[in-house]
Amino acid sequence: MRGFQYFEPETLSAACSLLAKYKGEAKVIAGGQSLLSMLKNRLLAPDYVVNIKGLSGLEYIKERPSGIAVGALTIHRAIETSPVVGARYPLLVEMEHRLAAVQVRNWGTIGGNLCHADPAADPPPCLLALNAIVKLKSRSGTRSLPLEQFFKDYLESVLAPDELMVEIFIPNLPARAGTAFIKESVRANDMAVASAAAVVIPNGKGAKEVRIGLGAAGPTPLRARKAEKTLVGRCLEDAAIEEAAAIAAEEASPTTDMHGSDSFKRQLLQVVVRNALKEAGQRAQVGRAR
Amino acid sequence: MKQQLILKVNGEEHEVFAEPSKLLRDVLREDLDLMGTKEGCQDGYCGACTDLIDGKAVKSCLVLARQARGKEVTTIEGIANNGRLGPVQQAFVDHFAVQCGFCTPGMILSATALLSENPSPTEMEVKRALIGNLCRCTGYAKIVEAVLAAARIVREGDNPRHD
Repeated sequence: MRGFQYFEPETLSAACSLLAKYKGEAKVIAGGQSLLSMLKNRLLAPDYVVNIKGLSGLEYIKERPSGIAVGALTIHRAIETSPVVGARYPLLVEMEHRLAAVQVRNWGTIGGNLCHADPAADPPPCLLALNAIVKLKSRSGTRSLPLEQFFKDYLESVLAPDELMVEIFIPNLPARAGTAFIKESVRANDMAVASAAAVVIPNGKGAKEVRIGLGAAGPTPLRARKAEKTLVGRCLEDAAIEEAAAIAAEEASPTTDMHGSDSFKRQLLQVVVRNALKEAGQRAQVGRAR
Repeated sequence: MKQQLILKVNGEEHEVFAEPSKLLRDVLREDLDLMGTKEGCQDGYCGACTDLIDGKAVKSCLVLARQARGKEVTTIEGIANNGRLGPVQQAFVDHFAVQCGFCTPGMILSATALLSENPSPTEMEVKRALIGNLCRCTGYAKIVEAVLAAARIVREGDNPRHD
């Protein structure tokens, strides 16, 4: 790892000032579970590193009338074990169980994970399917945008060099919504080779709304919008699910790497989407009974 | 440039001078001579560098040493008490859960953190807690047996072999 000058600001505004001063030359470290790997492998060699892990006031899970707000420095383990998250968004608990290992979840933060913008990470497909909104702060102000607009390219987001993510807001889900996260990886604690999150909102016997988030499916995490549309108003039977899964795989643009070819990954995406839709459909009671 | 750093490790405060980029693992091994924390994969996969920060398992190769300031760091050297092995250590010996020994400190620290959170884990919970610790010798069966046995001993509050 190349050496760097290290800062440990005590307040959020001091952190923002440092980022404004060293625009583009500084990297932010929170839990560092992704960043330190990048530094060790010299994929990044910043002159300045700003540690925000110790900032107070950004580690929380708060219930609001319209959803929950999660502070960007909340560690994964806190989300995994939160009774509030467990009761209202079991999808996130299911996802955290599959995220790396407990050592990583004990130190890594949800905001850090999102800002690293790795398309194979586990939170993005789930938070995309939950219509999460992220709040970004800089010295010049605060802006909120849907997570879907946050990811720009491989390991790139729209976060400006002097901006910090401060909060993730997750809107309420209707009571009967069914959700599921399915991930395929080489070893249990590895990143996804393909992953999918599904949210199914029922209306009578059919689906009123379906949302599908894809991981390891291209340069950014993404929503499979075309596949979602084919399921609106339908009962989530095998034929409908197969059709949607095939469309979702077409919407993806995975790249060949050591885990497999692009066509293999496309097939695997079809499988994880199929399984996520089946599971979410059953949980929403609009799929076939088990 | 090296800077002063005060870390509390195994109950004692230590002052070292280290580059801000130095990892917790490297300060423990190189500055404090605590060689029980192992360097395996470098990238957070193998878990051989697992230590505890405030009682929670972390991978010390993915933590800057400075980020552990003001916290309690526990390494394998801090697990035995007055020369007497901790219950998880003793169970690893009794159940032959060690071959080459490289992964053992990390395994024991992960298991210790699990038992402090959950004194009665199921076999599946033990396996889940050890997902981030790779062993290339034993195939895990003995390790899982040892952790389950240690849980029984901790619950019963005694260790008859050594009393």
